[in-house]
Amino acid sequence: MSSISLNTGLVIASILFFLGFLGVMIRRNILFMLISVEIMLNAAGLAFIFAGARYNAPDGQVMFIFILTMAAAEVAVGLALLIQVYQKFKTLDSDAASNMRG
Amino acid sequence: MTILFYIAAIIAIISTIMVITRANVIHALLYMVVSLLATAVMFFLIGAPFIAALEIMIYAGAITVLFVFVVMMLNLGEEAVKQEKQWLSFSGWIFPAFLSLILLLEVIFIISSSGSVPVSGKVIDPKLVGQSLFTTYLIGVELSAILLLAGIVGAYHLARRKKKVVHRFLELEGAEE
Repeated sequence: MSSISLNTGLVIASILFFLGFLGVMIRRNILFMLISVEIMLNAAGLAFIFAGARYNAPDGQVMFIFILTMAAAEVAVGLALLIQVYQKFKTLDSDAASNMRG
Repeated sequence: MTILFYIAAIIAIISTIMVITRANVIHALLYMVVSLLATAVMFFLIGAPFIAALEIMIYAGAITVLFVFVVMMLNLGEEAVKQEKQWLSFSGWIFPAFLSLILLLEVIFIISSSGSVPVSGKVIDPKLVGQSLFTTYLIGVELSAILLLAGIVGAYHLARRKKKVVHRFLELEGAEE
């Protein structure tokens, strides 16, 4: 069990983070962008858990709980905004909302 | 244990790739559930069973279900899938993918250039997490309570449909109650 190294964990977390980052960049649909942001937050939490396991301290897990709370609040507000954008522009294209004329 | 860990990591990475390349939102969400479950297995194996349970309950259970409900509300049809396939053109994603791949390789190089430190793999008790949460990080708990309250109020305010008030003679559109 102890042969898992911290470096491996951080590499896995950074691969997941960059996949999420790539998702935000290549998708035009706001829904997919929100999903990709969730992937990025989850990857950041994974890095915290690995660091916490390395130092055998509960602090990493506490940080993960805070990230979880933030992700939940962010996704609620983000989805509410998405519904408004869809009602206003009848599309989920992020370019449609690029001009802020109210 | 190590083999199980690597299998879970590979499943997480593959299903995340599937999430960001699907055209159908529901398929992407189901792949995200698979990715989150694989991450939960990783958490369990490196000694964080409480966090593994939270990951399954809140990420895979609550947040994904919230996404599914919004997709049901939007009622996207076949056209949305077609549009999405059109947006995912090869020339559109290859350059950002190339740039972020370079950044990823840099990060991997930096991480692997430092010495390898084994993770202890000892199980950290949920009791310890709770004690730390309500003594050292108490202010963080209070702040996240405020954040959740703001999230509730903000989501309610933003998602509310504007009421259409029809007067006897003139029609006021977008008037709030």
